[in-house]
Amino acid sequence: MTVGPEHLIIAPILIPFFAGALMLVYDERQRRAKQTISLAAAAASLLVAIELLIRSKGNALTGNNDIGFYLLGDWAAPYGIALVIDRLSAMMLVLTGLLSLPALIYAAAGWHRQGQHFHSMFQFLLMGLNGAFLTGDLFNLFVFFEVLLAASYGLLLHGGGQLRVRGGLHYIAVNLTGSLLFLIGVSLIYGATGTLNMAHLSNMVPVLSSAERPLFHAGAAIMGLAFLIKAGIWPLSFWLPTAYMAGAAPVAAMFAVMTKVGVYALLRLGFLLFGPTAGASAGFGAQVMIAGGMATVTFGFLGVLASQGLGRMAAHLVLISSGTVLAAAGVAMAGGGTEILGAALFYLLSSTLAVSALFLLIEPMSREEGGIASLLALTADAYGLDEREEDRQPEVGLAIPGTLAVLGLSFSACGIVLAGLPPLSGFVGKLGMLQGLLAGGAATPALSWALAALLILSGLATMIGLVRVGIQTFWTGDSDPPRVMALEIAPVMTLIALLLFLTVKADVALGYMQDTAEAVMRPKIYAEGLLGAPRAADAEQMSDEGVWP
Amino acid sequence: MEIVISLAIGVLAASGVWLLLRPRSFQVIVGLCLLSYAVNLFIFAMGRLTPGAPAIMPRGGFINPTAYADPLPQALVLTAIVISFATTALFLVVLIASRGLTGTDHVDGQEREP
Repeated sequence: MTVGPEHLIIAPILIPFFAGALMLVYDERQRRAKQTISLAAAAASLLVAIELLIRSKGNALTGNNDIGFYLLGDWAAPYGIALVIDRLSAMMLVLTGLLSLPALIYAAAGWHRQGQHFHSMFQFLLMGLNGAFLTGDLFNLFVFFEVLLAASYGLLLHGGGQLRVRGGLHYIAVNLTGSLLFLIGVSLIYGATGTLNMAHLSNMVPVLSSAERPLFHAGAAIMGLAFLIKAGIWPLSFWLPTAYMAGAAPVAAMFAVMTKVGVYALLRLGFLLFGPTAGASAGFGAQVMIAGGMATVTFGFLGVLASQGLGRMAAHLVLISSGTVLAAAGVAMAGGGTEILGAALFYLLSSTLAVSALFLLIEPMSREEGGIASLLALTADAYGLDEREEDRQPEVGLAIPGTLAVLGLSFSACGIVLAGLPPLSGFVGKLGMLQGLLAGGAATPALSWALAALLILSGLATMIGLVRVGIQTFWTGDSDPPRVMALEIAPVMTLIALLLFLTVKADVALGYMQDTAEAVMRPKIYAEGLLGAPRAADAEQMSDEGVWP
Repeated sequence: MEIVISLAIGVLAASGVWLLLRPRSFQVIVGLCLLSYAVNLFIFAMGRLTPGAPAIMPRGGFINPTAYADPLPQALVLTAIVISFATTALFLVVLIASRGLTGTDHVDGQEREP
């Protein structure tokens, strides 16, 4: 058997898996080797994700959404576990890849030596994220959620300390409970329909009997609760600020995409199971998504205004970002049109990148004189790690000039994107959502105006909060500027360059998102494509018989 | 049999939720364990209760599927047990670390003022 290009679909799961497992056999002292493997694996995953993105673009014939399938074990579609790649999952894969590389480079400045197995856990986190975006099976989705959560527990505790352990305790308890809810939901859905394949479910929902439908709805609602916990929707979000604040900078930067896994699962399953073609179930849960999203945005902007430190503020910005996307998705599910969903996806991309950059900026901005070198020396003593001198040397030399100017410019760029001010990409996303809202559709005018007002108010609150922190840090400080290493500022600059690129190419990106939104709104293509996917054995047999060209 | 199973799931889940809401971290972990037992039994029951029916079908020939138990939930339960066991073990480690760092077994790391 030859390995054909169709096997590329499973590569985003296998690459981090093997890289993570390989790094376990390296000793903690061979950090440079680990770092190289880790960076190479992340770069390879990103390249594969971009290739998959290009492939899933498709053409007008396939509804601009070429869906790729990978039948694990070559079982026919509804029986085995399938991996599915379409525009939405390809986009999320690329976003994960784009966040992972800067976080890893940042970690190379010193964070990765604060505890054990940083790079392995990071790769397993990537594996879980990529798997959750790729899978086409509910139980498999649960398994990948557990993979990414287990890795995130370890990463959150990376570096140790009382704050992290306390935040981690709450985070683990809440997420374990969420996983149990997920399991109850999955088994209820299985009990009502007899299948766990998302495409199969999508086809079955319109023809469910009236006795099974309430049970199915109950299962979907309980499962949705688990996703809402992951997405940090009010009132299930009180664990999030403490946990995100406690994480080490590169870990928190990667966590910015973790709430988006919950949002992605809600989007994917919401439109597959309760999309416009779902018969009596169409639009189920849309009201909850709108109300929950709006409550989260409100909670988030109050939190931003009330926060004293930048860390807590950034965590509340994560809440605003996922609440906004969820509310917009709810409006689209209630029949609000594709425009708002496309703009919401664009907003998701740019706000996640900006929050991630902000998390990377927090630590250098609030650093006292001496900075990370003394911090690291302290933990090295506490852990009894035998640091070799030459290993520590290169990091002290590479400080950047004009620290405050660079930090300040990066900080204001993040702020402009998150507040949605022109000229950066946050503005494009917010404007698109406002346009979609006011163009009308399903939502009542009162609701549209309320949501539009919330979007603008949350932008204002973000601006006020961030400007306050900026003034405190950059204008009133009388001490010497902190030492910031090039390795720490380069990832932030990369993320901001990506945001600039997204702004310049906004028409292309927004067009892609609009097509993605249209594809998401038509679950039939996804469902029928998967159920008709040919097994490799059948294809071989047919080509032997000369049927297949 | 249905009433016994549903009572068992209900009692386990109720005790689990009550313990989960308690302030001591040991109570929380016992609550999580009980809750995961309830969930595992629930998944198992979702494959329909069929006494005395094997889950593995013989090869070949005509097979009457109603004479066999649904094997899929049993496979799901195995996976769920392994995962919840592993994550609970990890939680236990964090719990002990928290006890060591803070000197108290309160979930917030500090006793509430009376």
